[in-house]
Amino acid sequence: MSSIMVSRVKQKQIAQLISSGKRLDGRGLTDYREVQLEDGVIERAEGSARVRLGKTEVMVGIKVEVGEPFPDVPNEGVLTVNAELVPLASPTFEPGPPDENSIELARIVDRGIRESKAVALEKLCVEPGKKVFIVFVDIYVLNHDGNLIDASAIAALAALLNTKMFNYEVKEGEVKIKPGYTPLPVRNYPIAVTFAKISDKLVVDPWLEEEQVMDARLTMTLEKDGKVCAVQKGGYGYFTMQQVSEATKIAREKTEELRKLVVKG
Amino acid sequence: MLQEKPRKLIDESGVRLDGRGLNELRPIKIEVGVLSNADGSAYIEQGKSKILAAVYGPKEVHPKHLALPDRALLRCRYHMAPFSVEERKSPAPSRREMELSKVIRESLEPSVFVEYYPRTSIDLFIEVLQADGGTRCSGITVASLALADAGIPMRDLVAACAAGKVEGRLVLDLTDFEDKGGEADVPLAWMPNLNAVTLLQMDGMLTIEEFEQVVNLALEGCKKTYQLQKEALKVKYVTVKEAVEE
Amino acid sequence: MPTFYERRQLVTPGDLLAEDDYVAGENTYKDDGKIYATRVGLVDYEDQKVHVAALKAFYIPYVGDMVIGKVVEVVLGGWIVDVKAPYPALLRASDVLDRPFRPQEDDLPSIFDVGDLIIAKIVAYDRTRDPLLTVREPGLGKITRGQVVEITPTKIPRVIGRKGSMINMLKQETGCHVTVGQNGLIFVSGKTPEDERLAVMAIRKIEQEAHTSGLTDRVTEMIRREKGGV
Repeated sequence: MSSIMVSRVKQKQIAQLISSGKRLDGRGLTDYREVQLEDGVIERAEGSARVRLGKTEVMVGIKVEVGEPFPDVPNEGVLTVNAELVPLASPTFEPGPPDENSIELARIVDRGIRESKAVALEKLCVEPGKKVFIVFVDIYVLNHDGNLIDASAIAALAALLNTKMFNYEVKEGEVKIKPGYTPLPVRNYPIAVTFAKISDKLVVDPWLEEEQVMDARLTMTLEKDGKVCAVQKGGYGYFTMQQVSEATKIAREKTEELRKLVVKG
Repeated sequence: MLQEKPRKLIDESGVRLDGRGLNELRPIKIEVGVLSNADGSAYIEQGKSKILAAVYGPKEVHPKHLALPDRALLRCRYHMAPFSVEERKSPAPSRREMELSKVIRESLEPSVFVEYYPRTSIDLFIEVLQADGGTRCSGITVASLALADAGIPMRDLVAACAAGKVEGRLVLDLTDFEDKGGEADVPLAWMPNLNAVTLLQMDGMLTIEEFEQVVNLALEGCKKTYQLQKEALKVKYVTVKEAVEE
Repeated sequence: MPTFYERRQLVTPGDLLAEDDYVAGENTYKDDGKIYATRVGLVDYEDQKVHVAALKAFYIPYVGDMVIGKVVEVVLGGWIVDVKAPYPALLRASDVLDRPFRPQEDDLPSIFDVGDLIIAKIVAYDRTRDPLLTVREPGLGKITRGQVVEITPTKIPRVIGRKGSMINMLKQETGCHVTVGQNGLIFVSGKTPEDERLAVMAIRKIEQEAHTSGLTDRVTEMIRREKGGV
């Protein structure tokens, strides 16, 4: 029987260290774990990326298909984000339909991409009113060691930047694939930074054991010009107004740091 | 019934479609203790949004294996009635409803003394009967009252309100049109005694400075809502007390 | 020593009741030197203690409490009893039989069956397990006739009255046998259904007007009027 529950002794240790400004793994309060990024890992997918954030591992695969647009935006492509907390990633993940955690994860990443208009959906029209490209972003969590949100956001962005859509022509109402590929039009680079509140202090990029000790988490997603495009507080606890303010001040610097790892040049 | 989408949401002098100023809350009507079967209940009308909340508990947890040894399990279901929105919504829980159920539960959790009732569950139900924007906030506001009405000990009431940016202006308490046509929406829930922000979300695009301003505006809305919550509770119990003193 | 309300004023959860040297009593909590209400009720200050008499609260078991419950399930070796608390109560067969339960011989439903009302006492209860009942003392056991009234548990002390003044008056004026369960249920058994009706009516009046003064006299008057009247 596997338990990820952190012993009380360790919980106390983590909390005490943080109240004196240090973390158990030696990081500073605003330091991220090491990020390893690989893209194009799944050739069959139109785009893909794998991110390791410390020991957390997330893979994102992008499939592009042709389908019907939404009636209220008939000339725009469709973006849909889904997340799976695959059972092999953690003893706490059970097989089954998406639970509230995987739904929340998908929706936070979706918000970052959608609100920043990162994918130029208006350029994904194949036949106005009838056929558009549908971009499926599937987040696959392979190992859960904390901070799935930030890891998934980085992987999703890297995968989108890596995505190529097939060339096509519309003949007699049918979409025919032609040789060659076009990169998916991506024009913004949303990055999420998640803060955990422990011992009344904010720490960035909580790993699994810190997540179990934390009171609450606050995720802020910023786009390339430093504008906020998504925010989500999670967890049983709360933040004071001062802490919210503190987080907004740190967010810009952190997201820029992470963005450099994904967007080359 | 399909409604026509308005052209402009705010006119030149800062008056919104429903006649409100930028910093004005919609008219709010709250009633506590409206259902006889639930242990606690409350109803709110905020502008055109109509939301009912009910609490059952603390009681035995079903299924038993979910029981927590040292505290009550707080469960929350936010659900929209099929007729609550413009285009009929399927009764099956949507991904949005599942996310909102989670964040609403997390917004109320810090207010309840769950540690007093180990191995029990407190079940919260929020039903949106008519939706016109800000339903998660109105839902939290009325769910908090339902918990108090159930006699569940609480640290404080939780008040919630949303603010955002519409046609370049920062506004309080967005309607559905304003949310859909605007640039950003920030729902916030607040527990005054502990200066605690228990719900904070945002979607849209705001500079960091604008974000802070909008958060502060939402907080002002929460403060006003909190006063209305207290009044609604007092009204219910004062009439009992007064009838008695005749 | 600042306090913020008048005695017996209506307060709601989160209201700041007192600061500094006060002690947090029932239905209040202290945080950072400040005392707040946790429930809707009437605040009262007594010496250096502040408490709130809750207008609505559910019953939490205490060892020694007399309660009235309904059998909801017959299980191996005993019965599960609903005492209107967040936890189901357990009555062991060995308590009734005064010897260990013998599964082959003992027919539990013939002793108490689902739906039976019983008067019992709580002998054990803590955070890790459900309340345990006994029916071994005199006055405890199955209710076979009479009526059971349910009121909100916070009003039970008023039905008993100071040093039993209210409940003794009720028994005297109606000629009924009255057993008060701490969990809000009250058993009334009289010589005639009319006597029982009077007792029930009186109990309802006490529940409605629990927080007023001169209640005992008013209830006595009401019972006498009803008896003498049409």
